Amino acid sequence: MSEPAVELRDVTKVFTSTRGDLAEEVYAVQEMNLEIAQGEFFTLLGPSGCGKTTTLRLIAGFERPTKGEIFIHGQPMSKVPPNLRPVNTVFQNYALFPHLNVARNVGFGLEVRRVSRPERERRIHEALDMVQLAEMSNRRPSQLSGGQQQRIALARALVNQPAVLLLDEPLGALDLKLRKAMQIELKQLQAQVGITFIYVTHDQEEALTMSNRIAVMNKGRVLQVGDPVTLYEKPASHFVADFIGESNFFRGVVEAVSGQLVEVQVSGTRVRATAGALPPSSGQEALFAVRPEKVRLIISEESIDGALRGVIQEVIYIGTDTRYIVNVEAQSPVAVRVQNGCGIAPQEYRRGDVVQLSWLPEDAHLLAD
Amino acid sequence: MEHPRRLFALIGPPSVYLTLFFLLPLGIMAVFSFRAGTIGEARNVFTLEHYRQFIANAAYHRLLWRSSLMAFGIASISTLLAYPLAYFLTFQAGERKLTLMTLIIIPTWTSYLLRVFAWKLILGTNGLLNTLLLSLGIIDQASPILLYSRTAVMVTLVYVWVPFVALPIFAALERIDRSLLEAAADLGCKPWEAFLRVTLPLSAPGVIAGFFFCLIPTLGEYVTPLLVGGGQGAMYGNLIQDQFVRALNWSMGSVMSLAMLLAVIVLLVIFSRMGSFSKLLEL
Amino acid sequence: METRRIPSFGLLYYWLIVIVLFLPIFLLILFSFNDSTRLVFPLRGFTLQWYGQLSKNPELIRAVRTSILLALGSSFIATVLGTMGALVVVRYEFPGRNVFVAVAALPLVIPYIILGVSLLIMLHSLGVRLSAWTAGLAHVVISLPYAMLVVIARLVGFPQNLEEAAMDLGATYWGALWRVTLPIIFPALTAAFLICFTISFDEFAIASFLVGTQPTLPVYLYSQLRFPTRLPLVVSMAAILMSASMAIVLFSEWLRRVGQTPQPKKK
Repeated sequence: MSEPAVELRDVTKVFTSTRGDLAEEVYAVQEMNLEIAQGEFFTLLGPSGCGKTTTLRLIAGFERPTKGEIFIHGQPMSKVPPNLRPVNTVFQNYALFPHLNVARNVGFGLEVRRVSRPERERRIHEALDMVQLAEMSNRRPSQLSGGQQQRIALARALVNQPAVLLLDEPLGALDLKLRKAMQIELKQLQAQVGITFIYVTHDQEEALTMSNRIAVMNKGRVLQVGDPVTLYEKPASHFVADFIGESNFFRGVVEAVSGQLVEVQVSGTRVRATAGALPPSSGQEALFAVRPEKVRLIISEESIDGALRGVIQEVIYIGTDTRYIVNVEAQSPVAVRVQNGCGIAPQEYRRGDVVQLSWLPEDAHLLAD
Repeated sequence: MEHPRRLFALIGPPSVYLTLFFLLPLGIMAVFSFRAGTIGEARNVFTLEHYRQFIANAAYHRLLWRSSLMAFGIASISTLLAYPLAYFLTFQAGERKLTLMTLIIIPTWTSYLLRVFAWKLILGTNGLLNTLLLSLGIIDQASPILLYSRTAVMVTLVYVWVPFVALPIFAALERIDRSLLEAAADLGCKPWEAFLRVTLPLSAPGVIAGFFFCLIPTLGEYVTPLLVGGGQGAMYGNLIQDQFVRALNWSMGSVMSLAMLLAVIVLLVIFSRMGSFSKLLEL
Repeated sequence: METRRIPSFGLLYYWLIVIVLFLPIFLLILFSFNDSTRLVFPLRGFTLQWYGQLSKNPELIRAVRTSILLALGSSFIATVLGTMGALVVVRYEFPGRNVFVAVAALPLVIPYIILGVSLLIMLHSLGVRLSAWTAGLAHVVISLPYAMLVVIARLVGFPQNLEEAAMDLGATYWGALWRVTLPIIFPALTAAFLICFTISFDEFAIASFLVGTQPTLPVYLYSQLRFPTRLPLVVSMAAILMSASMAIVLFSEWLRRVGQTPQPKKK
């Protein structure tokens, strides 16, 4: 493959905030390394304050890295101001210019770059067509709905044909239904224009829906980079397993290791898990996660080999599935999701039932703490 | 600093201007206060004589003291009159609040000189007040003492200052969260108790700001006494003006101005210690 | 529940204050139509002669022109410098920021006589001839904080990422200020300019030391106050001025309000 669209090499950003005489150093981004391929839909995902927006602003050029270097299409960016970078941004609250109408908002970048008038008008028209708002070109931003403003912001950025489009929680202000629709639309649009998208969100479902690859961030660091399936199915750390989707965490002591297969002693029972990237040794403390839908429930007073014994504490019927909360000795309550598909009667199990919980070894992943 | 060049380009011009035409003149005035004379050879002679005279002359001190008391009185009365005004605008004026506020502000933007002068028409021997009192039979002879007195100066300056003092008080009252007053009532406060325990303390920064913003400039007032004060109502500012306009003793005038500047700085330090300056800038 | 409200004590107090505040202004207007050279009660007949005489007074007209030019020039400079200061104060954190704010705000409270005499001494030492323009130097100093405060108030509610959006779209920082920030805050700039204008136009305490032989309108009016026969003329001038400045204030107040970005309603 050709060179990456964006590369971050050992990028660190420290903010110094002075409150009175106290100077405090905050590490917003720490030793970050990333390669984002051309044409990729790449998402920075993490809780608020994790440094994802700072990373985006570093790429856009609004912040300068304290250390490290950012390359866009192989060019180092440290001396390039934001107005000369081949990137455009869709801002969180859209940042549409209130004193200009829609057409002039969209044409702003072209106007600044002295694109000739006919050419400008042609491209403005094209861009507005693309977001299906051609008839709005004489309106002021304040006369548009949130969804329309969002599309104008998108058109305003895309009309410049940037090498990379940066999107800072662009759907955050929309209501749920519109957000879902826009997710699909954005994804299709990206495939259509073929521009690299770097997307910032704290919404894991949104990230899974749209992205080719996702970087999960926490406290200024990238914890794991991967496609949605890998991140969901094979989370590498406690944080990732917890942040993306739902996970049950078990703690125990490693009893035996054979290749990828690991046997762990949990609450007096030997259960099986997969080692993943960190092969452990016997006697070591271990933490592993199992998704609620990967846990099997069997009503049985008798213990089953490799299964944990538990008591159903709560039965929650939620339509497509039924959720069970199961108490297991010396562990946090375990969530189990059973699909109400063919052949399974809803509420098959009741509160107080003694059950055995089991899973396939490949669905239980040992995690870095 | 993210962008030092932008910062310097923006802060440079105003800083240079203020340094050249505000701070530097004050510095030169300080140098001037040590000079023996305003013109000729005497300009190059260093002397402490003016300071000695300033310290020795009891008449100066009396005038300074009297002016301070007047300024203090004017600021206090203005604040007392402005508070109910601001309170009414904040809590009782309802939706017309801003319109009513604007109505208060409008006169302050008309000519200061002429408004002060107009008080001569009110307080003069054949002025509005005397005419009114005569026709009501309260007095039987026009009183000339209303004008050209300390009282006339104070009345006029209070008139000038009330709207300006009301502004910061209004702003402070506006910022009080109404639910605090409801909470006070809920916790058993009578309305006047809620006022004393909640409203008044929370509006204190505005009151302090209004008071000092009136007090400090009033210390140096000389135009109003000139118009309505006569010999009786003269203030310290008139003393300074005399040194520059009539006595042409600029060095003495510089010493007097520096003394006033010192007083101003002391008041400003007291004011900022009371913690209002930073709060005010957040307005 | 519709009850007829008795005017509260607060309302009575408010109107009392308003009447007192406007009383001197109305008195001046009243006397400007009074057919007598003496400004005393009782009033004589109605006349427009004082207004008629205004235009025949070349000194007065010259003073008005001087004041207008002076106010235009000093307000323009004060607005430009004040806007720069406001951008710095709102957008930048730097050591010495508080010192800058304190120095720039100091002329709000410092007695004008100190500014007047200190500048007089400096200009005299440098051998600069006094004129209306030397008074203008000081007028910039005293109106700058007002301009700065008006613009600061506007910028505080101004989303900074509009500038970033402009830069993101290819504008330089200065281009972003010119194309985005300044057009959006333009009503506030106009309001600041008008406030500075009225300050300079009305200023007497400093100008009286600095104008030399080129009186501004307030200085000229003051010089006329000593001649009783000239008073009705002065008063009619005052009536015109006060009406004009009231109009300017109302206009700038209106500008200041339309200029605010509509804030999203808080829940």
